Amino acid sequence: MNAAQLDAFLAAATDGIEFDGLSVTPADAGYAVSAGDGCDEIGTDEELRAFAEENPWFVSNWHYWNHVVGDAEARYAFLRWLERAEERSVRERYEALADGVARSWGQLRLEARLGEDGRRRYAIRHEADIDVPSSDLDRYDDPLAARELVKLDDRGRYRPLKTAPTLPTGWSYPDLDGHDLVRTVDFVYPATIANWHRENEGALDVTHFREAAERQTGIYDVVDELSVEELEAATESCCVDSQCLKRRMWDEDEETELDVPRGKGEFPCREPCSLFVTAARKFVTLGREETRSYEFELTPTEKEQLEEIVDAVAEGRVEEIREADLNEGANRYRARYLRARRTDEHGLSGTPTYPEDHG
Amino acid sequence: MQALVIVGHGSHLNPGSSTPTFAHADTVREAGAFDEVREAFWKEEPSFREVLRTLESDTVYVVPLFVSEGYFTEQVIPRELRLDGWDVENWESGDGVSASYATHGATDVEKTVHYCGPVGTHDSMSDVIAKRAETVTGNPDVGEGFGLAVVGHGTDRNENSAKAIEYHAERIREADRFDEVKALFMDEEPEVDDVTDHFESDDVVVVPLFIADGFHTQEDIPEDMGMVDDYREGYDVPTEIDGHRLWYSGAVGTERLMADVILERAAEAGAALEGAIDRVRRDANAEVAGD
Repeated sequence: MNAAQLDAFLAAATDGIEFDGLSVTPADAGYAVSAGDGCDEIGTDEELRAFAEENPWFVSNWHYWNHVVGDAEARYAFLRWLERAEERSVRERYEALADGVARSWGQLRLEARLGEDGRRRYAIRHEADIDVPSSDLDRYDDPLAARELVKLDDRGRYRPLKTAPTLPTGWSYPDLDGHDLVRTVDFVYPATIANWHRENEGALDVTHFREAAERQTGIYDVVDELSVEELEAATESCCVDSQCLKRRMWDEDEETELDVPRGKGEFPCREPCSLFVTAARKFVTLGREETRSYEFELTPTEKEQLEEIVDAVAEGRVEEIREADLNEGANRYRARYLRARRTDEHGLSGTPTYPEDHG
Repeated sequence: MQALVIVGHGSHLNPGSSTPTFAHADTVREAGAFDEVREAFWKEEPSFREVLRTLESDTVYVVPLFVSEGYFTEQVIPRELRLDGWDVENWESGDGVSASYATHGATDVEKTVHYCGPVGTHDSMSDVIAKRAETVTGNPDVGEGFGLAVVGHGTDRNENSAKAIEYHAERIREADRFDEVKALFMDEEPEVDDVTDHFESDDVVVVPLFIADGFHTQEDIPEDMGMVDDYREGYDVPTEIDGHRLWYSGAVGTERLMADVILERAAEAGAALEGAIDRVRRDANAEVAGD
């Protein structure tokens, strides 16, 4: 607690204060005051000052939340959540904050600790870098830098979906104020704090798939043709924890729940995103095709190999398969051998895809 | 509190697509007139659909970083922002180049949204095109002895696409700075392929009215003009073709002075800017002069 905080406290006391266990009520002969325990009767302004000096955590805590963070709803709620303000008393919190309090948000590890005069300081890094010494991480201080920082994954590939579980590692924001912490998180995972807060307030506005599809125009006009079975396959493909860290809150429509897990993410997904809509458009055109019968010969192992290749691509495991592991069906040499043995200009086992084009 | 939101197309495939939007947003931030400045995208996040809820300001100016009026500015963006009661008739543009702004609430947030016309059709965009010619030639006085080609995509699907190009070509022609000014297109007549046929001047500056550098500005146009057979080999600026020197500038949207157009749009919609436009213009001019 510093002099400015004390002055603000004394000035506010005349109107009464009720915050996080700190209570000051103006009474006829002074104030009734309490700091998390029994109530004291206090007579003079001098005694009020002494009370504040005996309870500096309560005064600095009141000042931080009311004068520094202010009443911006989502930011306030998020910073309170981060230090578990609704679960812990001021004393418990200040003791914990002295060592640092951490929570995860998607793949981010967020940390709050006490700064000067009870103000908070915050840090962000990738959760996979929890045990990496800070000196081994690239230091950032400007929230705006996060826009470029999260653009590519650790393999240098572009991340069109910000909540894909491919956040790059090796960096840290070691020292932010609350305002910049929220900005940085919003650049890494845009709108997640706003939607999380709305959900906590019971005010999350969910747009279900049919309504979102109806809204589409131009080349996306067709996505409303996706059947419910195709929609379930699409959400199973795109909207699960292995692909996106948001928790899906939308369904086919208000009445029709999709039979696909929603995900375990802290932050909700309130409507199909642009990447999903783009995928849905492709799935609609795939669904318009009729199946055909083809006849070609493969050994049992070759059939299994094709299945293993599909699986490896679908799970993003292709890069993990070792160069010399010839027992893996999706090994590159195995795949090239299959191609050399079983495909020609007509495709698999010489079977044309469109036999009618080949007389 | 007042916020500025710059809305761009973005891309699921190209990581560089959002770069000009970020750069201009940073220039606007540095100018200091807005409490919040945020980028939003059709193909990236935050989406148009969610950006308003991330702002703490009650008053929001939205400026589309698009070249033309049309499908995106008249349908997609107002719809995705949930502008309450949006009607393109109230946007004061019947000719495809004159939309200024319209003020609406949004149905999902309690904010006043001043939705502005696209940067590409604003009068001051003519200045950015001229500035681009200065930047690419390194000559703040470029004009005499030079022709200028303003290049657009052009398409049969949207007649407004060509209007913005022709509008600026006409304005720059009237300013009488360059010896010749032509509007040329990729997908309609007159075509950029024949650029040298359209000019008598030995030196021709070619400025594509595109927002971001990408496939068209980095690959198609240089190849179409014959500056290089394969864009991967790179090309010289200027490149000599048929007795003309072509000074190809790349996308005008990456020019630093674009931030000025964004601010002009917001100012016309009522934003309090406190000298921010002057600051941005001064910095952009200093850049060309090499200060």
